[in-house]
Amino acid sequence: MIDIDTITKRYDDTEVVSDVSLSVPAGSIAVIVGTSGSGKTTLLRMINRLVEPTSGRIRIDGQDTHSLSPHVLRRKIGYAIQGHGLFPHRTVAQNIATVPKLLGWEPARIKQRVADLLTLFQLDPAAYGPRYPSALSGGQQQRVGVARALAAEPAVLLMDEPFGALDPVIRAKAQDDLRAIQRRFGTTIIMVTHDMEEAIHLGDRIAVMDGGRLLQYASPTEILTAPATGFVESLLGAADRPFRLLSLTTLADVVEPGTADGAPLSADATARDGLSALLWTGRDAAPVQSADGAPLGRVTRARLMAAARLPGQAPV
Amino acid sequence: MTRVWSFLPRMALLAFLIAFLWHPAWFAGLLRPLTENGAPPIYDQGSLALLTLDHLAIVAVATLAASLIAIALAVLVTRPSGREFLPLARSLVNIGQTVPPVAVLALAVPMTGFGEKPTLIALFLYGLLPIFENTLTGLSTVPANVMEAARGVGMTGRQRLWQVELPLAAPIILAGIRLSVVISMATATIGSTVAASTLGAVIIAGLTSNNLAFIVQGGVIVGVIAILIFDALRGLETLLARRAGG
Amino acid sequence: MALSAAIQGGRAGAARFRPDRIGLVISLVALGGLCLPFATVKPNRILAGVAKTILEALPQTGSILLLAVLFVAITIACLRSPAWLRLGASVLVLLALAGAIGVSGIVLTPSGNPYARVAPAAGFWLLAFAMALLTADALTRLRPGPFGRVAALAATAVVFGFILKSGLWDNLSILKEYAVRADSFWAAAAAHVELALGSLVAAVAFGLPIGILCHRVPKIRDAVLNALNIVQTVPSIALFGLLIAPLGWIAVHVPGAKAIGIQGIGMAPAFVALFLYSLLPVVANTVAGLAAVSPSANDAARGMGMTERERLFQVELPLALPVIITGIRIVLVQNIGLATIAALIGGGGFGVFVFQGIGQTAIDLVLLGTVPTVALAFAAAVILDAVVELLSTPSVRDSAP
Repeated sequence: MIDIDTITKRYDDTEVVSDVSLSVPAGSIAVIVGTSGSGKTTLLRMINRLVEPTSGRIRIDGQDTHSLSPHVLRRKIGYAIQGHGLFPHRTVAQNIATVPKLLGWEPARIKQRVADLLTLFQLDPAAYGPRYPSALSGGQQQRVGVARALAAEPAVLLMDEPFGALDPVIRAKAQDDLRAIQRRFGTTIIMVTHDMEEAIHLGDRIAVMDGGRLLQYASPTEILTAPATGFVESLLGAADRPFRLLSLTTLADVVEPGTADGAPLSADATARDGLSALLWTGRDAAPVQSADGAPLGRVTRARLMAAARLPGQAPV
Repeated sequence: MTRVWSFLPRMALLAFLIAFLWHPAWFAGLLRPLTENGAPPIYDQGSLALLTLDHLAIVAVATLAASLIAIALAVLVTRPSGREFLPLARSLVNIGQTVPPVAVLALAVPMTGFGEKPTLIALFLYGLLPIFENTLTGLSTVPANVMEAARGVGMTGRQRLWQVELPLAAPIILAGIRLSVVISMATATIGSTVAASTLGAVIIAGLTSNNLAFIVQGGVIVGVIAILIFDALRGLETLLARRAGG
Repeated sequence: MALSAAIQGGRAGAARFRPDRIGLVISLVALGGLCLPFATVKPNRILAGVAKTILEALPQTGSILLLAVLFVAITIACLRSPAWLRLGASVLVLLALAGAIGVSGIVLTPSGNPYARVAPAAGFWLLAFAMALLTADALTRLRPGPFGRVAALAATAVVFGFILKSGLWDNLSILKEYAVRADSFWAAAAAHVELALGSLVAAVAFGLPIGILCHRVPKIRDAVLNALNIVQTVPSIALFGLLIAPLGWIAVHVPGAKAIGIQGIGMAPAFVALFLYSLLPVVANTVAGLAAVSPSANDAARGMGMTERERLFQVELPLALPVIITGIRIVLVQNIGLATIAALIGGGGFGVFVFQGIGQTAIDLVLLGTVPTVALAFAAAVILDAVVELLSTPSVRDSAP
């Protein structure tokens, strides 16, 4: 549980973050979205005190972050940044071992942890551990960056545009991996991004910032269906809104009894993918089956279109 | 295979140098054509090997002292507490580089008297500049996101300096030391004009007695050592830079 | 209420007062200078002198005035004052010091003793150094443009020229050394400039085409640069010496060579040696400058149908010019220093005084050689730096987003 309480950061006369309060429940992902200069990165960096707040306080699990000295605090919080920030003069294994080493872990425990993390991120420890970061691809470097942030088993992980430098295909994969790992460890994540698509995809809650102020802090559905201001609405992109809303629902949520012809769709797929498949194949309905292939019913175009509609809006 | 070929000339050069210093008389025949009126072809007012050792010792002491002080100063002016001094330090280095080494040498004499001391001071002061400048460059070109990550993982200022900044700046710092050594090797010869015991004594003896053989052997020994040191340090730099992912 | 506001105001005021740390360091240097002797009086040029403090070296009003100006400058330096104020204060003290040392020369020289001389002592040099630091710091903060820096240099030169002309410093030892050898001083100056500039011109004339060739024919590039690098490792006095024999041979055996000034000892070997040393920076910077020309600019030039020659003169050389001029700056500053050593082989230049001075342990004579050398090198650096900045500014401005 991270509790940000009326935090403000002022440089000389300009306020970069004004009076922001929000709390992130343990084990969830909060995504801070905003344009550049919105204060989102400053807000994130105040959590591990890379930036000292002018006023206000931040508590992690009830403990004020100012009760620890900054470097001790930072060793307890994972931190991953855009362009990974790996130490170019240290091997992949040494990079991941950085924080455990600072914390004085036993060498055997560090070695085990490094091997576990590399395996978890689908990198063979024997092959990749001794390499230098310059010998890795962009996607691999980014995975090592996140692995390093998770090395000391932090309860909280801060991420500043961690996927910003990746191409779309690798980025989607990295996002899915992060989701899976977060579920597995129950890490609380606060991530900064300028990409609303990424925010909706990953966030349990989304904080929208502009000009140093917090405009709205709510679930993705609520942000989509009830944007607090015109600015939030413009970030969502009016044309994409129905499809983003559909991307929050899976076919399992909209399946209805009945049968249909043609290739079956997976119940795990998003409603957006389902509608897309129906439009593309020119069908009104398609059968839905579970992951193990058991038929669950069907999904219709009409039902999907209703799900894309702004809630409370009666059909004409 | 190519490794052997690039390695071989250096080893040959080193072997030649050692042989020449070990037993200069072997090479007397080579140098005799350069002498006139039966003048000695090999420097006869002292041991070439001892002069070489003195020369190297002066350069080594001066470079070591210059490296320690210059790196410490550069670290100091790049810390938050010393950053105010950075612009002034930069200007001073730029101005300092316009002062010729001979001038430093000549001005040190009245303060210390003749001998090794003014030479040491001149080499030390002049050696400071390239090392200081390169250390500044090295420390200020550590990528911003690497420094951000070092802070973010909870390294203290001292840990960041020793574990991240200095290792990453090492190749550039070493290049500065290399430059400083090569300048010092040559400048140390001028030290002989103020009675320091260096290989310059051989060259100056050649100039005053009009003996070309002396000038050649003094110049060649200094040049060969400078080339070997230059080469070795550049190899070390490449190694460090490759390790740093350069 | 009002009281607490006042307390808070006071606290804020106290928090805002932070001394300027650079100013503090400079002040400490200046205070050290005050503790050391200001000038020494020597019965002749070789014997050790008698040290005099500021109070002894100046008439009472003079010393009070100097101390007052110094005190004001130190105060300004220690406060966080604007840069122009710091510049003004430091220049004022430097002028006061220049006047004071001249006055102490007049006051301290015993009348009727032509051999006696007054020399600035450690205290004077330390004070001047501290104030020069303050000037340098103020100029660094003001960041003058290229024209501003050259103008400051010219103003300094004019002030020095005026002081020298006025005779204010005529009783100082270094000028007494000058007075004895005024003719040879200007001959040495001419030789020095001729050596440094002449070898530079020759190096550019040869180095530029060699650099262009190395850029076009990468095969020879490494060989040429390695050879020039090896030349740099040969100590200057050895290279000077090594050239004596071949040039002497040419003078004797090549008809007409002697007539154009080629001879074994003297200026010719020094000139050739400086030329050889100068080649590396010129060639290396030409190669580096041409290599740094963006491929897209070259592509565009080719695409527009420029011939190789047109591309070289209209695109590559203009873009590489700042880097090439930087090489020329390195050469000129280096040559002005190295030309001092030419004196060892009879090549003339300011080195004559330096080595004579070393030989006679006459520091004033050493200074007569080194001060003009350093001044020349410094002026060359300032002027060429300004040229480099002027040349590279437009392209920087254009490439900025």
